[in-house]
Amino acid sequence: MSTTVADGPAAGVVGTRMRRREDPALLSGEARYVHDLVVPGALHMAVVRSPYAHARVTSVDLSGALASPGVAAAFSGAELAGEWSSPMPCAWPVTADMQAPSHLPVAVDEVCYVGDAVAAVVASSQAEAQDAAAAVAVAYEELPAAVDLEDAASDRVLAHSGLISNRAYTWELVPDADAVERAFAEAAVTVRERYVQQRLIPAAMEPRGVCVVPQPFGGEYVVYSATQIPHILRTMLGITAGVPEERIRVVAPSVGGGFGSKLDVYAEELLCLALARRLRKPVRWSEERSEAAQATIHGRGQVQEIELAADPHGRVLAVRVRLLADMGAYMQLVTPGVPLLGAFLYHGVYDVPAYAFTCTGVFTNKTPTDAYRGAGRPEATYAIERAIDAVARKIGADPQEVRRRNFIPADKFPYSSVAGLVFDSGNYEAALDAALELVGYEELREAQARRREEGATRLLGIGLSSYVEMCGLAPSRVLASLNYVAGGWEAATVRMLPTGKVQVVTGASPHGQGHVTSWSMIVADKLGVSPEDVEVLHSDTAVSPLGLDTYGSRSLSVGGTAIALAADRLIDKARLLAAHRLEVAPEDLELSAGQFSVQGSPSSAIGLGALAFEAFTAHDLPEGMEPNLEASATYDPTNFTFPFGTHVAVVEVDTETGKVDLVRYAAVDDCGNQINPLIVDGQVHGGIAQGVAQALFEEAVYDDEGNLLTTTFTDYLVPAASELPSFSLGRTVTPSPSNPMGVKGIGEAGTIAATPAVVNAVVDALSHLGVEEIAMPVTPERVWRSIGASAPGTGGGR
Amino acid sequence: MIPASFEYRRADSVEQALGWLSEDPDSTKLLAGGHSLLPLMKLRLATPGVLVDIGRVPGLSYVRDAGDHVAVGALTRHRDVEISDVARAHVPLLAHVAGQVGDPQVRHRGTIGGSIAHGDPASDLPAAVLALDGVLVIDGPRGRREVGAGDFFRGFLETALAPDEVLTEIRVRKAPRGWAFQKFNRRAQDWAIVGVAAVVNGGARVALVNMGATTVRARGTEEALAAGAGIAEAAARAPEGLEPPSDLQGSAEYRRHLATVLVRRALEEATASGG
Ligand SMILES: Cc1cc2nc3c(=O)[nH]c(=O)nc-3n(C[C@H](O)[C@H](O)[C@H](O)COP(=O)(O)OP(=O)(O)OC[C@H]3O[C@@H](n4cnc5c(N)ncnc54)[C@H](O)[C@@H]3O)c2cc1C
Repeated sequence: MSTTVADGPAAGVVGTRMRRREDPALLSGEARYVHDLVVPGALHMAVVRSPYAHARVTSVDLSGALASPGVAAAFSGAELAGEWSSPMPCAWPVTADMQAPSHLPVAVDEVCYVGDAVAAVVASSQAEAQDAAAAVAVAYEELPAAVDLEDAASDRVLAHSGLISNRAYTWELVPDADAVERAFAEAAVTVRERYVQQRLIPAAMEPRGVCVVPQPFGGEYVVYSATQIPHILRTMLGITAGVPEERIRVVAPSVGGGFGSKLDVYAEELLCLALARRLRKPVRWSEERSEAAQATIHGRGQVQEIELAADPHGRVLAVRVRLLADMGAYMQLVTPGVPLLGAFLYHGVYDVPAYAFTCTGVFTNKTPTDAYRGAGRPEATYAIERAIDAVARKIGADPQEVRRRNFIPADKFPYSSVAGLVFDSGNYEAALDAALELVGYEELREAQARRREEGATRLLGIGLSSYVEMCGLAPSRVLASLNYVAGGWEAATVRMLPTGKVQVVTGASPHGQGHVTSWSMIVADKLGVSPEDVEVLHSDTAVSPLGLDTYGSRSLSVGGTAIALAADRLIDKARLLAAHRLEVAPEDLELSAGQFSVQGSPSSAIGLGALAFEAFTAHDLPEGMEPNLEASATYDPTNFTFPFGTHVAVVEVDTETGKVDLVRYAAVDDCGNQINPLIVDGQVHGGIAQGVAQALFEEAVYDDEGNLLTTTFTDYLVPAASELPSFSLGRTVTPSPSNPMGVKGIGEAGTIAATPAVVNAVVDALSHLGVEEIAMPVTPERVWRSIGASAPGTGGGR
Repeated sequence: MIPASFEYRRADSVEQALGWLSEDPDSTKLLAGGHSLLPLMKLRLATPGVLVDIGRVPGLSYVRDAGDHVAVGALTRHRDVEISDVARAHVPLLAHVAGQVGDPQVRHRGTIGGSIAHGDPASDLPAAVLALDGVLVIDGPRGRREVGAGDFFRGFLETALAPDEVLTEIRVRKAPRGWAFQKFNRRAQDWAIVGVAAVVNGGARVALVNMGATTVRARGTEEALAAGAGIAEAAARAPEGLEPPSDLQGSAEYRRHLATVLVRRALEEATASGG
């Protein structure tokens, strides 16, 4: 299926393609998701949602619901207002003057998007709760809605009656304005492009779910939630619902994907907690698919304007970017910061001397946006990779050649970028070369020319995308400079049990990534045990009280590093114990495959398993040593990591129907050293599929009144395996110098790279007809129309 | 995604189903494969009081050689039509189209009778039956009647079936050669944006999917061919007199254009396959 040209070195299990330990339980149905939990006596919640994008709530009549069979209680927003000690949290007020309307879990007098909660009903079954919710009579007075992003930015209609402008903030990064002006004034070539990042619906396989169980004594609550962030959620629930944090235990059971959509604190989590507190009963809620389309955050939603100034050879001298970013109706957890995660990357992999970026966040009467796989970086990569192709077209050069002319050279790393980052390591040209070879670039160009000459109706297009991203969120100090309210460290504990088995406790919170496999591989090599002997404990704040969870491709480079450091500390302690037992100095011992042996006399040795037992019995420890082999570490990275690579998409475009078939796809990624190349493959596969989805298939479509039209999978087209070719995967390995394992993130890279590669390929197929831009998703009708618009009389539409 | 409450009854025979239907035809619905009805019920777009499940009525699942035509029992699953030797030999168009419906789950649950009775212009099998000059056999309290496919599809989700009747058999004219099916969609498992079922032997019959409120024939194309026009010229007349829908997958204008391209391709393919 896929070729891997360069797997990492494999001394122990690290670097091998070990199968995921998680999969048997997931594939056999043994894994338990929130909805699977059996909680006797639990009440089921249904949420009454606004059918209007913007309206005043004039009355909420609950009598019909209260008379409905099986109903335990029903509440309006006003009745619940006293439950909240603060509004819903936004952890990223990007500027000091950022506007953010108060956001309560249930609206009191004004609803601001279709799906905004207005009342909640609990009943003894989900069906009864839903029937009762339908019987709640809400009177609305409709208000004009701000739907279109650019229209909203004009403030013609305000998204909230309490706002004076829809503009939430403007954030700028302009290191040297004069330099940018000069570059544009003097440039031989300039391009100015406008791209629309359509809204996407994350559509995780498992929708959200919550179940809050009040404990019989002590006023404690166990919160089961399908979340990526049990730790952050615990703190935020405590603050927002006014429950002392230590009384809340958050457990994320098996979680079926998130892609950022479960990196949030949601109204339903707060509602279940508040209702469980009020009713002294477990309260649960399982999101439905169509509900998820409206009530779970959306991704993307930007209008981008990018300008490049270049010399006659296409060498880029300056990049100027203006963004409008759709916040939706409210600020969710990190809504305002998402565009900023891309703010530093609009020059992409290119050595650019002058840079100006500005972004305005705008409220609209639509579902809030927030982080979605890549979060800001796919948008940035899309803009620069499309624009660099525009430069290539303008100067008549091959797009791969223009990329080469602009790459940050391999000998310039660590590279201080014009936007103020230090790129850790890279070799962009090597990845480009490998990708071109993998896909057979020269032959494809010949085939493309042949088809054009023959006048074929199935044209060939080849699209490149060379990307770099910043991930491994994040150095806490950098986050502070961006006004993010939390840090970016991760915590871990490694302990050996009396029988020599190992427990790893991590603050990372997996939801499909294969962490258990990766963490046990790292620890297995450190301690000389087999991965099966390593138990990984996670996603339960009672077991792992410290952590900052999983997002931003951070778990390996930050959380994995914390685990490796904790294992090293455990070894340090074990070394002292071994020296004591073998009656030698600690420096005279060497560790290999879990055995400490005396240098020069290898027969004198003791294994870590035996030492664990000694440390457990504590019968004979060195003076002052505490029992047990256990160590903890908290790692705060010194820098982001900067994975990179080149992807090549090959499409066939049917000029008669406009249909685009993705026929070949080659990806060469560099995520530094690989713990498990099989897991890397999986991340790249899924990432590419999601990137292709944005390019060709998915779009959250709203009508002029602000109704979401794509609430089922018949209208919201998530591609399946049948829409994708087998991917050809390759890798180069450029270790990161900023963490001890030399690793970089790979969770988002595929998504970041794929979208521009595919759209570049479609435009490439049609460029000889004059087509330069087709809006995403590139639907058959849009392709057909663009052909007709560019070259009347060639059979296309108008 | 939870339907309104309803009463469920499982019929053991067509007679029993007819009996239950006659009690309250307007709020009783037959349930076959459930792959059109249940989604509507889950979205609460349909709220029948009583569901009469005919899915296990014996003797209504077959594909039979009946001389000049092939007879298909209403409860035959799409997958069973697809792999039927009789269908493949005598009405390969029908077998092929059955294999293009939805995804494997849908094909193993959905029935041909349900697909025809539902009367959805976006469905594939009605177009095949129309192109194959089909006849629908209907049982009801007033006895048995036969309706030609051309008279059966009346409007959007509206057919000649009365609420107290059961469709029991679908008859299609044999057409072992000279046929083609074109289905245009964005994902393999999707409904057609536009589809074309064409049979060219013995006078061309061209039926279109999703080009109007019902499954329709491309009369303009058929007339042109009858008058001796070439394929390209005839195909250009495919959308004549039709009012295709505009939706998220395509505008009416685009559908008209697609119809011309797909009809041309279907006619070329049908002719090449022995027309
Ligand atoms: C995900 C998905 C994708 C699909 N994709 C396609 C596609 O690409 N192309 C396509 O053509 N179809 C598609 N379908 C529809 C599918 O083919 C249905 O199975 C079919 O249309 C209805 O058949 P059924 O047996 O499931 O009918 P049911 O859902 O049981 O019934 C449908 C209607 O017909 C009535 N009915 C059923 N049987 C009879 C009878 N014998 N007499 C009288 N009335 C009857 C019912 O009362 C009901 O009103 C798809 C369905 C799904 C869920």
